[in-house]
Formats: sequence, structure tokens, C-alpha cells
Amino acid sequence: MAFELSAETLSYIEKTIPRYPQKRSAIMMILHAIQKEKGLLSLEAQEWVAEKLDLAPIQVREVVTFYPFYREKPIGKRHIRVCRTLSCALNGGYKVCDAFKKEFHTELDEISPDGRVTVEFAECLASCGTAPVAMVDDQLYENLNEEQVAAICEQIKKETPAADTAGSKS
Amino acid sequence: MISVKKRTEIHPSERRIILKHADDPEYDVSLQCYLRHGGYEVMKQAYGRKPEELCQEVLDSEVRGRGGAGFPAGMKWKFLDRKSGKPIYLICNADESEPGTFKDRQIMHKDPHQLIEGMMISAYAIQAAQAFIYIREEMPLGAQILEEAIEEARARNLVGENILGSGYSCELVVHRGAAAYICGEETGLIESLEGKRAYPRIKPPYFPAALGLYMCPTIVNNVETLCNVKHIAEMGGKEYAKIGKPGNTGTRIWCLSGQVRNPGYYELENGMFTYGDLIYKIGGGLRDGRSLQAVIPGGSSAKVWRAGERFTGKLRSGEEFNWGIEDVPLDFDGPMAAGSMSGSGAVMVIDDSVDIVEVLANINAFYAHESCGQCTPCREGSLWMKKITTRMANGGARPEDAELLASIGDQIAGRTICAHGEACAWPTQSFIAKFRDKFVEKAKEDPERAQKRTVRLV
Ligand SMILES: Cc1cc2nc3c(=O)[nH]c(=O)nc-3n(C[C@H](O)[C@H](O)[C@H](O)COP(=O)(O)O)c2cc1C
Ligand code: SF4
Ligand code: FES
Repeated sequence: MAFELSAETLSYIEKTIPRYPQKRSAIMMILHAIQKEKGLLSLEAQEWVAEKLDLAPIQVREVVTFYPFYREKPIGKRHIRVCRTLSCALNGGYKVCDAFKKEFHTELDEISPDGRVTVEFAECLASCGTAPVAMVDDQLYENLNEEQVAAICEQIKKETPAADTAGSKS
Repeated sequence: MISVKKRTEIHPSERRIILKHADDPEYDVSLQCYLRHGGYEVMKQAYGRKPEELCQEVLDSEVRGRGGAGFPAGMKWKFLDRKSGKPIYLICNADESEPGTFKDRQIMHKDPHQLIEGMMISAYAIQAAQAFIYIREEMPLGAQILEEAIEEARARNLVGENILGSGYSCELVVHRGAAAYICGEETGLIESLEGKRAYPRIKPPYFPAALGLYMCPTIVNNVETLCNVKHIAEMGGKEYAKIGKPGNTGTRIWCLSGQVRNPGYYELENGMFTYGDLIYKIGGGLRDGRSLQAVIPGGSSAKVWRAGERFTGKLRSGEEFNWGIEDVPLDFDGPMAAGSMSGSGAVMVIDDSVDIVEVLANINAFYAHESCGQCTPCREGSLWMKKITTRMANGGARPEDAELLASIGDQIAGRTICAHGEACAWPTQSFIAKFRDKFVEKAKEDPERAQKRTVRLV
């Protein structure tokens, strides 16, 4: 199957490349856009990017595998990242993480059985003054406690239908 | 338009210059609002001056970098290689990822145009061909706010071609990272911006001011530093230098976090306060029934201070000092005299409710995760230190661990390509030096008890 991107992502990519003095510099922004659309960066996607930027596929793959945010495997529909670092940990970050895992009957870095989420630890999210914090997709949640986690999870469950088969991206 | 929560209570000790408007509930991120508050007026005036004059103002201001190393910005700009004839680049380091730091976030999310104005003045001053903001991936809203703000500024001819009819052109591009701390290190950042793995480059020869982005002369400055340039251009370098203390000019946004009653960011005039003022008077002190165990004075890589320790010596002025933690001046030179550093301005407070070995284990896990892997001492050493401290935290401490940890730490610092080597070694070296008794005692701990801690850090 040929690798295809939405018209919107394609036009974003065309617009982004000329912003840089050298087109290789556009790789991270392109990978962000593709991962946003597809949920992950398949080998086909990486080859497509390589062609687009006149790179060898390995030059794309070495970027994908270096940066923690890029992924070659699927995650749940919603991405929960709980800060693990010191100021959050000192204020109950590990408990917050446990609460998220319990709500979705899941373990770290796995897709929850209902396919809704993947819970991960993140390193310092630069919001240590309102520790403990977590991100759900693009949104930051601050000063978390177990009750708030329960409310956030309730909301996620309302907004996000469970998948029939865990891990399948719509 | 995106808006984030404001902190409306501003401590009376604060002197807000950079964050003057940020927390005003009426203030938003639009260009309209910025213009209403006199925005871009300084830039308009600056564009009527000679670039060298602006560089001189920055030199006169003595402003030191707010990203971690505290290097004078004007001096860095002077080192730019202007003879090569290659294009010059300006990069704003908005990677904000040293644990404990959350000041750049406030600026970018609440007052993006101030950063853009500071950058466009800086770009003109150094005659940059193009400018970039490298923002960490974990601030997607920040990136969006900045992109929208730049669009607005471009529509007003404040960014782009022939800016304000001056004949000077400069594009400003927002570039997003992908969750790697090492992209905060300036040469790692540059590699990343070139579209590669963020493997830091060795200095010498790769000082960005000579061989930076695409091997062209490049200036990398922190968000807060570049915002200061706007105020330096406005008041003049010499006038700016009157704020704070000599060699420690201006204000600084301190980030207070950890186990303290009122954590938060506080913009204070340099040298007018102490760590005691920040932790107790401004930060409200420790929580009920708790006492101080340790302070990390400048981001988690800074060397730790143990409650009760005293620092003695002679200042550069020749004056002798004998300080407790609470007496250390809140500026660049104070913590340095006390054997540590102000780093990114992140002050972390640790009370007596937690096990100090676990605190180090938490920090070590960070640096082990973030090593880029190029240098053996950093890659292996950070991992060993993490493994040993994690084992200790989980009830498996051995009497010889303290020695072992110290010897690993001692073999990293000074033997690596970038300062991540020091960043990962300093916590272990300093925790062992200051809390050796606790690390030795840990071996006697009942492993059962280790499983029953109330606050888990690893
Ligand atoms: C491991 C490491 C991480 C760093 N992270 C950051 C960061 O997140 N933000 C930052 O501004 N500077 C960071 N720095 C410092 C930069 O290398 C550089 O000195 C700084 O951006 C220069 O700007 P300034 O002179 O305005 O402070 C880091 C340095 C090291 C060694
Ligand atoms: S010191 Fe560590 S982070 Fe820096 S280049 Fe070497 S391995 Fe990479
Ligand atoms: S330690 Fe959690 S946001 Fe910094």
C-alpha cells in the first residue's frame, strides 16, 4: 500500500521546508506532522520523508529512534504523560501515575485494555511550581491529586470511545 | 486565542520587568494587547540606531545569560566571527528542561511578543540572516502561541522582509524539539536544528559564535536573556546595569519548587535578597512540622547544600564571608562562592520527610535517561549511578556504595564532550560529599521498611 498523507499535512510540509536554509532541518517538524496524523512513524513514512528531503532512510530513522517523542509503535488514543522528576515526585507524582494506571487498568508504556490510553512517565515538564503535573495529549494539568486524576479519567472515558481491538487507531 | 492560567498574587518583594504584564488578568497574547502596552516601540527606535551601538548597550548592561552558565551576553556577541562572510544566525533556546525550571514557560505562554521583540532587536544588533526559536516538544500550546504571534508580527512588517522599512530582513521560525533534554545544550540544539540526532559538538573548535548552525557563526541565548535585551535597548545598558549588583545586573526569575509552602516563580532584583528570603519570606518556608534537609540552588545538576552547613571564604571584593544557606546572596556569584551555582535559577527545597538517597536516585534516573550516549564516561557512568542509587533506594544498599558512587562521579566530570558530564556527576559527587553518613547508614536499613515509604521518589 502506498504511503499517503492528508492534503492538509502535505500542504503543511510544503510550507515548512522552505522556511529553513537547508531542507534537512525540516525533518523534525515533518515527523511531528506525520506522527500527529498517523499516530506513529512507520518505516514507509520514514522512507517517504527521506525521499522528500533527499536523505538516506537511515538518516531519518536515526532521528526517529533518538528522540523519545517519536514512536514506531502505536499507543492508546490518548497520550497521558505524568512527570516523574524531582519536584513532582516530592509532591506525589508517583501516586498520580499509579492513579492513572489504576483508572485504566494498565501498566506504564502499554496500551490500556480498552485502547483508550497509554500512560507514560515524562521527565520534568517545566511546571515544577505547580507539581505534580501531567499532560494529556497537548493539555497540561497542574497541582494534581487522586481526585482530580479520577475526574480527568472520567472525562477521557466520556470523550474517547473504547476500541474494539486494543491499540487500533481510528 | 490561547490563554493560560494567571498567577494574580505577586509578592511585594518582586520587581517585575520581564514579567511586568504576564500575570495581569486583562493582558493577553495578542499583538493588539502588546501594542496597547507600548509594544514594539523599543524595536522601532532600535532599528533607527546602528547595530554596533546596540551590541555596545548589551555589553554595557553586563547582562549574564539566564540559561544556565551565566556567561555575559554582550561578550558572547562580541565573539561572533564577522570576518568569515557567512550568514549569522540567532537561536533562542526555549528548550527549558533543566529539572526545576519553569520561567521561560511563563514568558512564552503569557507574553510572546516580548520575546519576539527582544529577538528582533537582538537579530538586528548582530545582523542575523535568520532567527529560530527552539521550543521543547512538551510545550505544544507555547509553540502555537508563538507561531500565531509571529504571524501577527509579520503582518505588521515587524518580522520578515525589509522590516519597518529599515532595509534589514529577518525571518523568525519556531522549531519544535522531541522530548530530549540534551537539545538544551547549545551545540546539541544546533545539531538537532540541522535535522540530526542532538549529539553535542566538542568545544573547541565548535563554539557556536564561530562554527554554529550549518557551520556558520551563531548566537544561542536563553528566552529570558533575549527578553532582557528589549529592556536594555529601552533603558540603555548603563542604566540597566544599575539594577541589581555589579556583575549580577538586572532581575532574575527564580523558580522555587519542591517541599515548600508557596512554590512558584518570583522575579527579583539580583543581589538584593538571599536564599533564606526566597525560601522563608517569599516562599512561605517549610510545610507544617517539617524541617529543612537540603537545598538544590540552581537546577537539579547544581551541587546540593545540606541544611545547617556553613560556607566560608573570601569574595572577589576581598570581603570575607561566613554564610549559612539562608545567607547566600540570590544572584550569580553568591551560590558560586558557596560551592554551587545559580544555574537556571531553579531552587529546589527538600524537607526531612524524604530519604536523601532516594532524592539522588530520582535525579540520577533523569540524567541517565538524558545522556546522548556519545561519551563512554557519561553514558555508562550515568547509568551505573542510577542503577546503584535505585538499588539502594529499594532496600539493597551495601556499605561500599558511597565510595563506589563517588569514584564513578569523579571519573565523569571533565572527561566528556559536553557539560552533561558535569551535570550528571555533580549531584552524585555532592550528595556523597555532603550526606556521606546517610549513604553509609542506608546499608543498615531494613529492606522491608524501604518498601513502605510514604513518598516514593523512584
Ligand atoms: C545538559 C545541558 C542542558 C542545557 N539546557 C538548557 C535549557 O534547557 N535552556 C537553556 O536556555 N540553556 C540550557 N543549557 C545552556 C545552553 O547550553 C547555553 O549555554 C544557553 O542556552 C546560552 O544562553 P544564555 O547565555 O542566554 O544563558 C544547557 C546546557 C547543558 C550543558
Ligand atoms: S557528555 Fe553525555 S550528553 Fe554530552 S556529549 Fe557526552 S554522552 Fe552526550
Ligand atoms: S519536576 Fe515535574 S514539572 Fe518539573
